Amino acid sequence: MQRIGVFVCWCGSNIAGTVDVEAVSEALKSEPGVVFSTNYQYMCSQAGQDIIKNAIAEHKLTGIVVCSCSPRMHEATFRKTAAAAGLNPYMVEIANIREQCSWIHKDMATGTEKAIILGKAAVAKVNLNAPLTPGESPVTKRALVIGGGIAGIQTALDIADAGFPVDIVETKPTIGGKMAQLDKTFPTLDCAACILTPKMVDVAQHENIRIFSYSEVVEVGGFVGNFDVKIKKKARYVKEDVCTGCGICTEKCPMKKAPNEFNMGMDNRPAVYIPFAQAVPKVATIDPNYCNMLKNGKCGLCAKVCTAGAIDYTQKDEIIEEKYGAIVAATGFNPISMDKFDEYAYNQSKDVITSLEFERLTNAAGPTAGKLLRPSDGEHPHTIVFVQCVGSRCAACAEKGKEYCSKICCMYTAKHAMLTRDKYPDTDVYVFYIDVRTPGKSFDEFYRRAVEEYGVHYIKGMVGKVSPEGNKLMVQASDLLANKQLHIEADLVVLAAAIEPDKSARPLATMLTASMDTNDFFTEAHPKLRPVESPTAGVFLSGTCQGPKDIPETVSQASAAAAKVIGLLAKDKLTGNPCVAHSDELMCNGCSSCERVCPYGAITYVDKEFRMPDRTTAIRRVASVNTAVCQGCGACTVACPSGAMDLNGFKNAQIMAEVDAICK
Amino acid sequence: MHKDNNAVRDEIIRRSGVNPRKCMRCGKCSATCPAYDEMEFHPHQFVYMVESGDIEPLMNSKSLYQCLTCFACVDRCPRGVEPAKLVEAVRLEVIRKQGANHLKADDIPALVTEELPQQAIVSAFRKYTK
Ligand SMILES: Cc1cc2nc3c(=O)[nH]c(=O)nc-3n(C[C@H](O)[C@H](O)[C@H](O)COP(=O)(O)OP(=O)(O)OC[C@H]3O[C@@H](n4cnc5c(N)ncnc54)[C@H](O)[C@@H]3O)c2cc1C
Ligand code: SF4
Ligand code: SF4
Ligand code: SF4
Ligand code: SF4
Repeated sequence: MQRIGVFVCWCGSNIAGTVDVEAVSEALKSEPGVVFSTNYQYMCSQAGQDIIKNAIAEHKLTGIVVCSCSPRMHEATFRKTAAAAGLNPYMVEIANIREQCSWIHKDMATGTEKAIILGKAAVAKVNLNAPLTPGESPVTKRALVIGGGIAGIQTALDIADAGFPVDIVETKPTIGGKMAQLDKTFPTLDCAACILTPKMVDVAQHENIRIFSYSEVVEVGGFVGNFDVKIKKKARYVKEDVCTGCGICTEKCPMKKAPNEFNMGMDNRPAVYIPFAQAVPKVATIDPNYCNMLKNGKCGLCAKVCTAGAIDYTQKDEIIEEKYGAIVAATGFNPISMDKFDEYAYNQSKDVITSLEFERLTNAAGPTAGKLLRPSDGEHPHTIVFVQCVGSRCAACAEKGKEYCSKICCMYTAKHAMLTRDKYPDTDVYVFYIDVRTPGKSFDEFYRRAVEEYGVHYIKGMVGKVSPEGNKLMVQASDLLANKQLHIEADLVVLAAAIEPDKSARPLATMLTASMDTNDFFTEAHPKLRPVESPTAGVFLSGTCQGPKDIPETVSQASAAAAKVIGLLAKDKLTGNPCVAHSDELMCNGCSSCERVCPYGAITYVDKEFRMPDRTTAIRRVASVNTAVCQGCGACTVACPSGAMDLNGFKNAQIMAEVDAICK
Repeated sequence: MHKDNNAVRDEIIRRSGVNPRKCMRCGKCSATCPAYDEMEFHPHQFVYMVESGDIEPLMNSKSLYQCLTCFACVDRCPRGVEPAKLVEAVRLEVIRKQGANHLKADDIPALVTEELPQQAIVSAFRKYTK
């Protein structure tokens, strides 16, 4: 028989205002096992905790029930109190008489009655509680960052600076992400390359950072502190450690017809290429879809001209296996496809471009060496129309657009408009907007400058259609404030395309058992209080893979994620949760039902020898739970047809005892 | 807002199946509309006026008959509002208020010609009985 103490909290008037706390502690005195019962104004205060500690010693309590706020609030507090008094912390039960009782009832009689019932249920449970001891697991002191955009770069640098080794896995031949493609950056208009490339160099030179470029994560196993990851290094047909990045191969390669993805396909690159001058690692990559040698064995020129002897046409994909304590997702975003926007003639006219293409057209390292020229005829455009919210805030059709606001386009459109007027004052610039959204430090001032100082025409209304006519683009739009339909003859139309998470994020989330929202952005553990952690322990989120963000926000979140990773890696051991599942092997019939429902893959099956009647033995297949992986969700206990699966701390018998106490 | 207006508005919303509250006032419908210049009230105004119960002026406006029912606004609206269906619902409201002015069976023989589409006759019958 347990010796149970009951402690009823007033929570000031939060509970005592609607629950007669005296009556509750009195009523619970006569419950089976209860040897002591009291109430106090603030149980969680030092004085309240002392009452609990003293009672444990004085009445030799083996279990306690605290009738107070939600266990989410103070279960940990009271478990610590019990432990300090020498009681196993799992002998503590909380009856939530605040959120689930006093706060939702209005009259004292009902509130008190319900509080007594909740208290009885908790007492019934404690009677069946058993002391539990959490297991411990070691922490692999190495982090994995997936994605090498500005988010991944910042996270990796911060973790590495704290002294932990970090690996960055990046699918492209170079790190840098979208920021490397930008020209200047709002709100201060510093050149993206000038602020990004020094960071890329820091990454390359950091003794704690390894970069796996042109690589992908293909398998993730294990759990927080102990992830086992397989990384595929795709064959780049160039020996990374031998190539000096001189670029002679890229000059001599005769196959120069591959679309240049770095310039958004607006010009071509050779089959062997280095994406841009400041690429990190600065190593050539051969594109097997275009290389003559790899396609039909007829060339081999680059191998001849490479003085370092780095070219290797026989290179194969390589799988690297590594252990990590923490994983950070930093897979970023992409602009959505404009294929479904026939009304804007994106696929009909070369002079209808997206904003990211516009960045390349104004970038000194871009296809026009920074001169703003029309893609169709290389002429200087005199009238430019920018259209905001293309595919953003679109609830009509999920195939076409996204319901959310992409957050960055108002600001970068203001930037594009302003820079155009600055460099080419003879250009007429129109921006069509639904709302101009500029919350952020110095953001609204920036937009107003575009209007007031640079004379950009901001028009409230949407563009309805763009029709190419001769070498012009006829733009039909509405001006809602003037209540007019406008017809503008434009030379260039720039679409602020909505952004979406990288397509590889969903399969990656499945590997990580990390959750995503309906838009495929990674979900945070709590939208306000845990914004950089995934609900899956040990998985953290950095940058736009979690939601639309500009660079300042991305970098803040990246550093925040790094802080969380450092906090984890600084620990030598992780204390597990002892409330995990286990199977009663005598009852288990090895049916596999539990394995199928376990979201964490914690259940495997083993063949075990069992004693049978008359000194015989039999080998049976029974379920076995990996307690380090099990999160105690309880799905298996419900699925098990033979009632063999049970959850420590939440045994079927305990739950039934609670139900019985409530129904008595 | 007058209570009667609310009743008419609710009926128009019910009949059209359109929820004008979904409109974010972007004006893409009006930017798209080929009949814009002929209209006194433009598609986005239609949506707003129905939402606020301001239906009298719409019923008295020629704009009702200038809409081509081309459905460009329905196709382009980013919020799936379907303004053309509201125009149609207001048009119906006017027609129903005109009283029993539908065709009588006896009048038909005099009207039938080779060119007249049969559907026109059926529509004329139905005009008020719908
Ligand atoms: C046209 C335009 C203009 C902009 N202008 C500005 C501006 O002026 N100022 C500003 O503050 N912000 C601006 N932004 C926003 C800025 O680009 C983003 O905030 C920033 O790039 C986000 O960084 P990120 O690292 O989260 O994502 P990304 O830059 O997208 O980086 C993600 C990286 O992860 C890699 N990756 C993806 N999936 C995987 C995978 N499965 N495995 C491995 N690697 C993977 C990608 O290849 C990429 O390198 C602009 C954006 C656009 C579109
Ligand atoms: S072998 Fe391939 S990559 Fe090298 S030069 Fe020839 S075509 Fe270009
Ligand atoms: S940031 Fe501006 S342009 Fe982009 S979706 Fe939001 S409101 Fe539209
Ligand atoms: S297009 Fe749709 S959302 Fe935009 S103003 Fe018209 S009805 Fe409203
Ligand atoms: S359906 Fe009517 S309102 Fe809509 S675009 Fe066509 S003409 Fe204009």
